[in-house]
Amino acid sequence: MISLSQVSKRYPGGYDALKSVSLTIDPGEIVAVTGHSGAGKSTLLKLIAAIERPTRGSIIVNGQNVSKMRPSAIPYLRRNFGLVFQDHKLLFERTVFENVLLPLQITGYARQESAKRVRAALDKVGLLGKEKTYPITLSGGEQQRLCIARAIVNRPTILLADEPTGNLDAAYASDIMGLFKSFNQVGATVIIASHDEFMVQLLNPRLLKLDHGELVS
Amino acid sequence: MKYWLSHHGQSLWLALKRLLRNPFASTLNIGVIGIALSLPAGLYVLLDNLESLSRQVSSEPQISLFLSMQATPADVAQIQTRLKDHPGVRQFQFVPRDKALRELQKTAGIGDAVQSLTQNPLPDAFIIQAKNSSAQGLEALRSEISSWPNAAHVQLDSLWAQRLEAFLRLGKLVILLLAILLSIALVAVTFNTIRLQILTQRDEIEVAKLIGATHRFIRRPFLYFGALQGLAGGVIAWVIVAVSIEVLGKAIGDLTRLYTISFQLSHLNMSDSGSLVLFSAWLGWLGAWLSVSRHLRQIEPR
Repeated sequence: MISLSQVSKRYPGGYDALKSVSLTIDPGEIVAVTGHSGAGKSTLLKLIAAIERPTRGSIIVNGQNVSKMRPSAIPYLRRNFGLVFQDHKLLFERTVFENVLLPLQITGYARQESAKRVRAALDKVGLLGKEKTYPITLSGGEQQRLCIARAIVNRPTILLADEPTGNLDAAYASDIMGLFKSFNQVGATVIIASHDEFMVQLLNPRLLKLDHGELVS
Repeated sequence: MKYWLSHHGQSLWLALKRLLRNPFASTLNIGVIGIALSLPAGLYVLLDNLESLSRQVSSEPQISLFLSMQATPADVAQIQTRLKDHPGVRQFQFVPRDKALRELQKTAGIGDAVQSLTQNPLPDAFIIQAKNSSAQGLEALRSEISSWPNAAHVQLDSLWAQRLEAFLRLGKLVILLLAILLSIALVAVTFNTIRLQILTQRDEIEVAKLIGATHRFIRRPFLYFGALQGLAGGVIAWVIVAVSIEVLGKAIGDLTRLYTISFQLSHLNMSDSGSLVLFSAWLGWLGAWLSVSRHLRQIEPR
């Protein structure tokens, strides 16, 4: 469960990205955070994943207070999340297989078990045939799917996706929304930040709308 | 535990791969480390050899007391009692002039020359071992004895050996200073290498942190890299020293044979070799650790 109470985030320079936001997300929910660009969608996701710290308020994830967490405990918190980024953040000197392997290396899985899981994740996103190629040879849609494979290989309980369809055409985008849907169906909490309300409607999610840092619905 | 071991294995493998990915840069770095370490290590070996040589030729320091030619047996007896009663004398030995001549005659080469002498040119002598064998103690005893009647000449044997020892001590100090300075330089070399690596792997580190990698996980391959580089440098230093000894050893053997001393330059022994290589590895690890601790914190995902 994720719960935010009275969370504000002010960036250095006085820009308020979030203003006193309170919300609760239950396990297994599928939630879409929408709003214009600059409304605070990315900031909200970063606060939940402890990439940023709130200026005020508290964030509870799985019973842990993220806003007061020691830096050494953050890595273990992050292992609960699968993160999908708009810019993919892939490692270009590693093969497709090795990119997906990274989270398992970090958590520490045996080699054989890891390989099985990596192949299963790649199969799910339809990239099994490309495991030996390098990400640079993939199209934008394929890179995004690779990013999703890396996010789900660890079987996280919470999937956070920031503008996952930002640069993709409609066919690719609905493809990816389908992936999130199927992931939610096996029990994971899915939180997607997107400016594209029409696209997220495909998921039939709970909608959280942000406007200038305030939660409006 | 199994996971922990496997990650150490992975880190080692990753470090090795990184080391081999830039063979030219790695060779240069390892060469620098090797050459820098071979200097104090080589000097240490030379000094060690000199030390064993000095031990070979010098025994305990002795004082030789030569009586004047006019000394009568009564004078000799008087000095004998004085030596017996003296608190600073541990042991002494009387060498009568006849015996000294006979000894001299036995010495190859000059026996014939001695035989042609009409009279014995040698004085009676005492060979004295002092209780206090420090340089000051010996010198005090020497000057005291030389003031006795009938003492013609008092000589401190093996004084040169003590001087040599003092020089060796000085030499060791110089080597120590050199080793410290060069060690700092080596730590700096590794520090910089690792800094550059961290910069080029910025993306990877950032992503690893986002995915939940601990500091230790990220740090480990860099530490292994530093240690491996240092280890290789230590091995190179050892090879440089070994080859130098092999080359110098022949020349020194020829030289000492001319002085009829049999002397062989010895190599670094097993434990010294081990210490050299391990110390070098440790220096590399230290440089990497300092660098990683300093630079990894600056890379936080945004």
